[in-house]
Amino acid sequence: MQTEVFLAGFGGQGVMFAGQVLSYAAMDIGKEVTWIPSYGPEMRGGTANCTVVIADEEIGSPLVQDPPAVIVMNLPSLDKYEPTVKPGGVLIVNSSMVDRDVTRSDITWVSIPCNEIAEEAGDKRMANIVATGALLALLPVLTLEDVESALKAHMPGRHKHLLPKNVEALKRGAEYAKKNARKAK
Amino acid sequence: MAREMWKGNEAIAEAAVRAGVEAYFGYPITPQNEVLEYLSHRMPELGRAFVQAESEPAAINMVYGAACTGARVMTSSSSPGISLMQEGLSYIAGTEVPMVLVNVMRGGPGLGNIAPSQGDYNQICKGGGHGDYHPIVLAPASIQEAVDLMPVAFELAHKYLNICTILIDGSIGQMMEPVTLPEMQPVIRKEYDWAVSGAKGRKRHLLSSIYLDVPTEEKVNLRILGRWREARENEIRFKEYYLDDAEYIIIGFGTAGRIALSAVRAARAQGIKVGLFRPISVNPFPYKRVEELCKQAQSFLVVEMNTGQMLKDVQVAVRNRVPVRFYGRLGGVMPFPDEFVTEIQEMIKNPGKPEDDPADLWYQRMIAR
Repeated sequence: MQTEVFLAGFGGQGVMFAGQVLSYAAMDIGKEVTWIPSYGPEMRGGTANCTVVIADEEIGSPLVQDPPAVIVMNLPSLDKYEPTVKPGGVLIVNSSMVDRDVTRSDITWVSIPCNEIAEEAGDKRMANIVATGALLALLPVLTLEDVESALKAHMPGRHKHLLPKNVEALKRGAEYAKKNARKAK
Repeated sequence: MAREMWKGNEAIAEAAVRAGVEAYFGYPITPQNEVLEYLSHRMPELGRAFVQAESEPAAINMVYGAACTGARVMTSSSSPGISLMQEGLSYIAGTEVPMVLVNVMRGGPGLGNIAPSQGDYNQICKGGGHGDYHPIVLAPASIQEAVDLMPVAFELAHKYLNICTILIDGSIGQMMEPVTLPEMQPVIRKEYDWAVSGAKGRKRHLLSSIYLDVPTEEKVNLRILGRWREARENEIRFKEYYLDDAEYIIIGFGTAGRIALSAVRAARAQGIKVGLFRPISVNPFPYKRVEELCKQAQSFLVVEMNTGQMLKDVQVAVRNRVPVRFYGRLGGVMPFPDEFVTEIQEMIKNPGKPEDDPADLWYQRMIAR
């Protein structure tokens, strides 16, 4: 069994961190995992992305052409990566930064206002965690509890006080996605 | 030992520390920077030597000096920086002192870019610097493998008084994977009969790579070759996947090798009996094993992130016994597994002849698309 998650957005939206959170959670439940960032000049220019591969056996390629799960945090990322989602896959769109719907009908997707939900949960910087919650509601590769434990175990001490808020953001993202997801036709 | 999530470059740096590296000299270059950055605080913390030199030539000459003491020493860089070090590397080889080099390859030639590439295979394996010498080169495909090979690299460098290079590319340097790090080893300083470690109370040692007396230089060359021949016998490393019933075999090292693993699994899901042979020691290259595999393989597919540099070594082993096909991506492009799957399918449809030139046929396909 192998699942790949691709995350993209502007630098600063926390897509790298969200990918790392998934990676830590996967490692902690005994899975094999790779996290690979875009580290080229585009990282300096604004957009950032990473790919997380979670598997039960030795992982081959750290990159995939058609990931079954994609999170896009802004419009340029939606435009660029919507066509790459594997048919039948899952797409999470941060509607706070995107003013259009998903055009594909062969994937399950949700348009979720991550920034606003994060703000309600206590800190607008947690938009990435809201999106992660939404993803896990539609793609049961890890449980919310796995991610909660990973945050608890690996968050640096100075950020520990943010844990309850992050767990709240994760849950709100998942709830929103469960209620509003459009299933693949 | 617990598994921890590490970035490739930092894991390699910590593994070197645990393998007892006493001195590190380097100069920053992407995508290798984190090795240097990590060691800049880790080495002083342990009372060991760290110097960010003013240039790569300076760094490699500092390594040269430190290596002459018999200590475990290393440097790391990425392609253009490695080119700048070649004079020093040749002097180190000529002086017969041990060192570990890490090359986190990037797209080239020239300044190129910072994306993952395997374009330095020839430079790293076949010498790079001037003169007759043969560095030992290990090419891990994952962070765990890289970490496991760090202590091995120091042992081989010291056993064969040679340069031992860990050859990876930017993707392995930049990615994160769970790893189990090796145990911390105590610093080992062997009393070598050649090291310049302070001559008080004994005869002085002189280390140099200059032998103006020509017959002496020939003897030195034979001595270097003798140790290399021994390494060639003893230090072959590779990993095999799904080879038991394989009728077709992919050969790839490092990142291209691990991408090929995904391709092999995908092709097997389509019922194709294909396996993977992944050389880990690319110098010495596992010629004998590839030769043996000719009995089993109907044909080989060699995959690389270069124009077919390791392909030449495969061809030396295969010697036109069976057809060989080649597929490469260049300039920092990382291939997707699907590309290799297509190549496997094409190879089965049209196996070609053993005497075909795989690099030429690949070039024709590349420019036609």
